[in-house]
Amino acid sequence: MRISRRILAGLATASLAVTATSCGGGGTSGSFDDTVTVGILHSLSGTMAISESTLVDTEKMAIEEINAAGGVTVGGKSYKIEYIVEDGASDWPTFAEKSKKLIDQDGVPVVFGGWTSASRKAMLPVYESKDAFLYYPIQYEAQECSNNIFYTGATPNQQSEPATDFMYKRSPAAGGDFFLVGSDYVFPRTSNTITKAQVKQLGGKVVGEDYLPLGNTEVAPIISKIKKALPEGGIIINTLNGDQNVAFFKQIQDAGITPSSGYYVMNYSIAEEEISTIGPEFLEGHYGAWNYMMSIDTPASKKFAASFKKRWGADRVVADPQESAYNMVYLWKQAVEDAGTFDDNAVREALVGQKFDAPQGPVEVMPNHHLSQTVRIGEINAEGGFTILEETGVVLPQAWNQKHPSSKGFACDWTDPSKGEKYKL
Amino acid sequence: MELLLDSLFNGVAIGSVLLVAALGLAIVFGLMGVINLAHGELMMLGAYTTYVTQLIFKLPILKPFYNSYIIVSIFLAFIVSGIVGILLEKTIIRKLYGSPLETLLATWGVSLILQQFVRSVPLAYGTGLVISLLIGLFLPTTFTSKIKESINFKYFKFSAWIFAALTGVLTGSLISSSVSKLSRASARNVDVTAPSWMRGQVEIIGTAFPKTRLMIIVITLISVIAITLFLNQSAWGMRIRAVTQNRQMSDCLGISTEKVDIITFGIGSGLAGVAGVAVSLLGSVGPNVGGNYIVGCFMVVVLGGVGNLLGTVLASFGIGIMTDLIGAGRLLSIWPDMPLPLSNTINFFATTSMARVMIFALIVIFLQFKPTGLFPQKGRMVEN
Repeated sequence: MRISRRILAGLATASLAVTATSCGGGGTSGSFDDTVTVGILHSLSGTMAISESTLVDTEKMAIEEINAAGGVTVGGKSYKIEYIVEDGASDWPTFAEKSKKLIDQDGVPVVFGGWTSASRKAMLPVYESKDAFLYYPIQYEAQECSNNIFYTGATPNQQSEPATDFMYKRSPAAGGDFFLVGSDYVFPRTSNTITKAQVKQLGGKVVGEDYLPLGNTEVAPIISKIKKALPEGGIIINTLNGDQNVAFFKQIQDAGITPSSGYYVMNYSIAEEEISTIGPEFLEGHYGAWNYMMSIDTPASKKFAASFKKRWGADRVVADPQESAYNMVYLWKQAVEDAGTFDDNAVREALVGQKFDAPQGPVEVMPNHHLSQTVRIGEINAEGGFTILEETGVVLPQAWNQKHPSSKGFACDWTDPSKGEKYKL
Repeated sequence: MELLLDSLFNGVAIGSVLLVAALGLAIVFGLMGVINLAHGELMMLGAYTTYVTQLIFKLPILKPFYNSYIIVSIFLAFIVSGIVGILLEKTIIRKLYGSPLETLLATWGVSLILQQFVRSVPLAYGTGLVISLLIGLFLPTTFTSKIKESINFKYFKFSAWIFAALTGVLTGSLISSSVSKLSRASARNVDVTAPSWMRGQVEIIGTAFPKTRLMIIVITLISVIAITLFLNQSAWGMRIRAVTQNRQMSDCLGISTEKVDIITFGIGSGLAGVAGVAVSLLGSVGPNVGGNYIVGCFMVVVLGGVGNLLGTVLASFGIGIMTDLIGAGRLLSIWPDMPLPLSNTINFFATTSMARVMIFALIVIFLQFKPTGLFPQKGRMVEN
């Protein structure tokens, strides 16, 4: 496998070099005093390319928008943003390697990158040892708080906790038993530990859980377990990854596990992009929880969706991870302008407290390097979008989950040197 | 009773996916001894064929027949994968008979090329290319013997290939202009949606069975019966068996071993294509879809005993039933009040990940005692 990835990575980088030079421009308005080059690091080949390439598209769009509006102004000088795109090739060590390259060789002040928790965990030591800065845009399991990473995705209390609450109290299956299904890696397992603790607090019952090894699409044993554990219907919490969802939903529908027979699936990894791949006919009537949904009816949301379609094609969709990626580029720009320098430490200080009118609504950077966000629960409709059912107010992020047994009672605060990564509340 | 029926059905359902995937390999690896690591990618081509057929059947002219596209795609997938397999045999594998390690490396390379091919070439032109190959390889065989013996045969052959290339380009652009989804290359996975008559459940003796699973079982059964009949009843089948048993002697008796190799490999590859259709009904179709099945395929063939179809059939159903028994924790429902330590152990293995570990462990132990599988080859050929 090693050789294949290297070769693929090589090919992809070579082809990227071509695209990067051809798309590098973007900004139409005339004169800048200088340029600044940032790094973009996502998988453009391998299994994760499907999801991660949408982030590259969004980040490029955000940079082009900023350039068109006059670039970044630092110390009275206007800077045009340029970018170097590197391919993580769905291979976690490659992410670390490319990070080193971007920091040492290209000297970029910031890297926007990552998707899977595994890739983030691989990159973390690089950024910490070099005291560089990574912006990470995905909803994840939290239980981490690095001074050198800025997380713009949701933490579990900004996604899974409100969703579990909704399913148990207000969904058509309210009061029913839970069955947890996930892919076999860190995010589903951590997320489900939190869900189990929460269901217990709510007074509900988790009657089973199972994890599908990554790459496996044989769901038959899981289906028989669900039927045995939930004979009369109930709540299924799904944290399967990517393609495995296709196999899962095709097969459970054939097995009669559908909303019409009393089974409701709450999904944490299915956004508009995935709905269009799986097919809305398999997902209609199930639920999703996100901070951003394309169907949000505000001018900011519509503008975001419209400019993405205009830039990349009318058949494209925007989803929560893309919105997070879009926000982080703008938040970085604001922080740099406030700090008046590209220097990491000054930017990090200026970053906390930054507010941005995001497509999802207002967001603010908290001292724990996560964002305060709005949580939405949506029902998947026949058109392949979400019908938004509920919307919370702004929810503060918990880097250390308060329901997970190992992190209960801890928090993170990088603005106070005496508190730092993990302190007791 | 219902529980037993349900369990048996699940086991057979899982097993038939394994079996249909391994059947082609049982022929290529079992009979010919070729370790074909590109087998999974031939399955992938079959799955993509289903996808392309589905989109083409959505065109206005073919719309009335949309419901039958899945049947058509089974035959098309057999042809597409078979053609690619034949090309593979003619260009690469033929030169490597008798050197398994080199075959392994070469076919692995081919599998990477095929994966990248579907990522970076628009499917419409991929279809065009397959059509060119089909015409180019088979048009010369339809020439009369007069042409074949004429001195200008190579020119005839050459012009056949030109004709094939032109037809391929033409169909490629035709498809690309009429089905926009096929006109762009894309690395993202695509989806095959079964026609409505194949979705949902059907009730048999009080138990509901998913229709797609039944369809896969039917496809598997037909493939197994057809291939058994072919090998045991037809003249070519007899030649294939003869060459498998003693290549030199068959050669002396006037069997064209070269032709036999091509046919055997083509059929094995074609069956991989059929497996691709079955697999596309279960999950999504992507460049990596074949890779998920290749280990399972080899496992089944080795467990069943190399070169024995009956062994392959039993091994795949055995693994299927074991997967369901262990993975779904069935033993607990059959024997609810078993002693605590035993029930804890069973619970521990009753997850999909751990069931896999358990099954691999059982297979390893089994092969310690019977290294040649369930039904080892007997006779003189074993010695050489």
